[in-house]
Amino acid sequence: MAAAEAKLVCQSVWKVYGARDREVIALSGGAPDDATLAAARLIPAVRDVTLDVREGEIFVIMGLSGSGKSTLVRCMSRLVEPSAGRILFAGRDLLNATPREMIDIRRHRMGMVFQHFALLPHLSVLGNVAFPLEVQGIGHAARERRALDMIELVGLDGRENDYPNQLSGGQQQRVGIARSLAVEPELWFLDEPFSALDPLIRREMQDEFLRLQNTLRKTIVFITHDFDEAIRLADRIAIMKDGRIEQTGTPEDLVMRPATPYVAEFTRDVPKAKVLTVASIMQPGGVGEGTDTIRADAKIVAVAARLREATAPVAVVDAAGVRVGSVARDAVVDVLLRG
Amino acid sequence: MALSTSIDTHAPTGPLRLSAIRLAWLAVLGATILLWVAGDRFAPWAVAYPRAWQIPAMQWISAVMEWLVRRAHFGLFTFTDLTRGLAAIIEVPYRAVLSLLSTGFRIGEGSNAIPILPPLSWIAVTVTAGLLGLYSGGRRLALFVSACFLYLAVFGQWQSAMVTLASILIAVPFGVAGGLMLGLAGYRWPAFERAMRPVLDLMQTVPVFAYLVPILFLFGFGPVSSVVATIVYAMPPMVRITILALRGVPAEIRDLGAMTGCTRRQLTWKILLPAARPGLMVGVNQVIMLSLNMVIIASMIGAGGLGFDVLAALRRLDIGAGIEAGVAIVVLAVALDRLSQAFAVDTETRSRLAALKRSAPLVERLPNLVTALAVILAAGVVGLFVAPVQSYPAAWNLTTGSFWENVVGWINVNYFDQIDAFKNMLLLNVLVPTKRFLGELPWLGIVAILALAGFALSGLRLAILCAVLSLLIAATGQWEKAMITVYLCGISVFFACLIGVPVAIFAASREGAWRIVQGVIDTLQTLPSFVYLIPVVMLFRVGDFTAILAVVAYAVAPVIRYTALGIRRVDPQLVEAGIVSGCTPFQILTKIKLKLALPEIVLGLNQTIMLSLSMVVITALVGTRDLGQEVYIALTKADVGRGIVAGLAVAFLAIIADRLLTAAAERLRFRFGLAPAVAA
Repeated sequence: MAAAEAKLVCQSVWKVYGARDREVIALSGGAPDDATLAAARLIPAVRDVTLDVREGEIFVIMGLSGSGKSTLVRCMSRLVEPSAGRILFAGRDLLNATPREMIDIRRHRMGMVFQHFALLPHLSVLGNVAFPLEVQGIGHAARERRALDMIELVGLDGRENDYPNQLSGGQQQRVGIARSLAVEPELWFLDEPFSALDPLIRREMQDEFLRLQNTLRKTIVFITHDFDEAIRLADRIAIMKDGRIEQTGTPEDLVMRPATPYVAEFTRDVPKAKVLTVASIMQPGGVGEGTDTIRADAKIVAVAARLREATAPVAVVDAAGVRVGSVARDAVVDVLLRG
Repeated sequence: MALSTSIDTHAPTGPLRLSAIRLAWLAVLGATILLWVAGDRFAPWAVAYPRAWQIPAMQWISAVMEWLVRRAHFGLFTFTDLTRGLAAIIEVPYRAVLSLLSTGFRIGEGSNAIPILPPLSWIAVTVTAGLLGLYSGGRRLALFVSACFLYLAVFGQWQSAMVTLASILIAVPFGVAGGLMLGLAGYRWPAFERAMRPVLDLMQTVPVFAYLVPILFLFGFGPVSSVVATIVYAMPPMVRITILALRGVPAEIRDLGAMTGCTRRQLTWKILLPAARPGLMVGVNQVIMLSLNMVIIASMIGAGGLGFDVLAALRRLDIGAGIEAGVAIVVLAVALDRLSQAFAVDTETRSRLAALKRSAPLVERLPNLVTALAVILAAGVVGLFVAPVQSYPAAWNLTTGSFWENVVGWINVNYFDQIDAFKNMLLLNVLVPTKRFLGELPWLGIVAILALAGFALSGLRLAILCAVLSLLIAATGQWEKAMITVYLCGISVFFACLIGVPVAIFAASREGAWRIVQGVIDTLQTLPSFVYLIPVVMLFRVGDFTAILAVVAYAVAPVIRYTALGIRRVDPQLVEAGIVSGCTPFQILTKIKLKLALPEIVLGLNQTIMLSLSMVVITALVGTRDLGQEVYIALTKADVGRGIVAGLAVAFLAIIADRLLTAAAERLRFRFGLAPAVAA
């Protein structure tokens, strides 16, 4: 993928809880160590996070509970006021925005999906999805029309007059998704959207999410504590621990080239075939036989079945359909056997 | 001091500290006993608080009130103008509702008044109440509520009941709206909440009578001042519940508000308040029930209605009339409670139904409202020509008065000796000795013991609080009366536990029995405190014994509820572990269930003490000589200083008991490794 323009940039973002947090960070040159923080009775939640989210990508922030991922995503939307650093959204520093400007940005350019759905119990599905538009002061008819479109998009048509407590968890989160999309946000935050769901439903919702993203092409920041979910959905992943980012990279990077022991620990048991692309094992410049071709950016696990019967190497093509190499059955089997 | 407060956290403090606390206890108890036995000879000032040391708080307060009423000025208007303005704000809607329900609309004054519209017919009110029941709770509730109102008509209580209902209908919206606003302010500005908290504490512990004295002074005698008293009395719980309910809104919902770009006002009205609605409805129910309680008591400053009937009957010792009016209060209380609870439980279904029918015609959308209006109109028109439709004819009234008189008479004729013997036995062997013992205790020793208890249970802050509050009781000259209050309250609480704990133990493990017990204590807690006086005074005449019976009946509910809940909440695995280790059922009860339920039991005990304190004050009406009597006398003389000082003394007693017991419960929870109590 060509390096797209960065939609959201975090530069040395800190969030430290306690009195006089800004002062302490400034005094220590913008990078206080553990001892300084402890002495000032400050509790760090996000430490020196620098990252960029590119236009149209799914950027997953992965970390266990207490790693600071939820605080970080709330810093990005200024639900939580960062203690230090810069947050650039489409080139503009959000931390300089006035409350009025922030309201405007959130109303029109951001959407968020919450872990526990955050549906308003007193509103119907329709009312919930139309809520962000109601807040903007859009008229009754216009917002309901838009909301109905969104409800249809997430496959809940017919349930628009139901109330949240009449819906299953998966359906409730579909409402949450429809609501966050109602304003056509440029930047879409999803804070552990599927963590509260049963495993089977979670899987279904992940597929649904990928399907939506295929048509919508939003810029997405997706929070999860589930590494499998991260590699399934992400274009790029940032792994967080104790408020810091351990490593940022594609799923393949993290699995094949873990930067720290912590990342290695996480990625050790990941089946390689799920993260490696065909490009990583192909013979560049090799010539495949037959008319069958496979895509270079496909995951190996997705093409393994097609190579089972192949006796000779198969041609690999790039996104434009140009032949770039070939891959043999043995190479695939190797990866599968490595686990 | 850091060391001494570390007792909270059970830090290893070593044997030295433990023995220090023990030594302090020994010293304080020893000194107290010494003072008690021989203090009169060498330190009489430590036994009875010397008159010369008293703070003339009564005179100060009276002087301030005088100044407020006669001199205070806010530039454009005086304080008296302010109270008159407030009175007018309440007076206008009150008159309207009273006319609607009871007196009818008239032009002119007194005997020259020309009636222009009659009040709502009894049929219209009964049907409307029934439809409210249908709307909020379904057919069963509709029948129940209609039956309650029908009872009021048939048994001749209609007029008084409508006067009481009018007061409540005015007091509740003011109380709810005021509480909501203060609660919102407290939620938004934590500093405001911190400032408000001690005031709310005081307002909820000062006895009901004490509210009446300054309000009588400021607003005069009449229904308006009784409504003012009711609003002031019923508002504090709404404030607290509002703050709690708003805090209880999940953080994600608040984040949602921010992320959708809500302004502050949108966040409050479109997100926070709707999301907190179930909690807020509990507050509304509380306001209704407290209003009813207060409106009955406020009959002493001119509320009229059912409370006045009871009061008049008590004064005449008219058994039949008293019990009839009392039952009418109970009926009204239960009907209002069920209605408001039904509204609290299921607001969502209704808004759902309303949404489904948004485009339907009015009749289909709001069938109950349309029916109610139709019935009101029809009954009004027909009532103009057919009198029984307008007002329930007196000739059809049933009265149970003579029946009750016969019952009480029969009991008195046949069982007087037994009842009297029992009463005297208790009086001579328990009540009088306890009263005498408490009265003779040296005040200085008690202050020291309370302070030490505060220190041992929580730390220096609680110790100072207990010492200062108890010292103030002594310094304002209320010690003797306060000890009588403690005696009445203490004995009542003892008997309440004696009855309540076994009942709770029995009911806790039996589903059927628990349902029945729950129904009974729910009902007991909805009844206005005044009602409890009626049967006991009929059977046992006036006096301490009667007072204690009424207090026990009023205050027994929480100890049953908390004990049973505590036992029922014990982790079943622990009980199984006990069974597997071969415990007998008795051992399981004493070694596992009761032990783990102890923190809850202590909280129940705390509630029982609070309730019994508030009831003890009301028993002044049946002739006790405690702080309540002091307030009551102040009320009859409109002596503000005296009333407030005595009222505050009761509040101080309540606060001391509450803080000590809450600290004890917290300690127990900590020791058992249980989660801290959720604010009840």
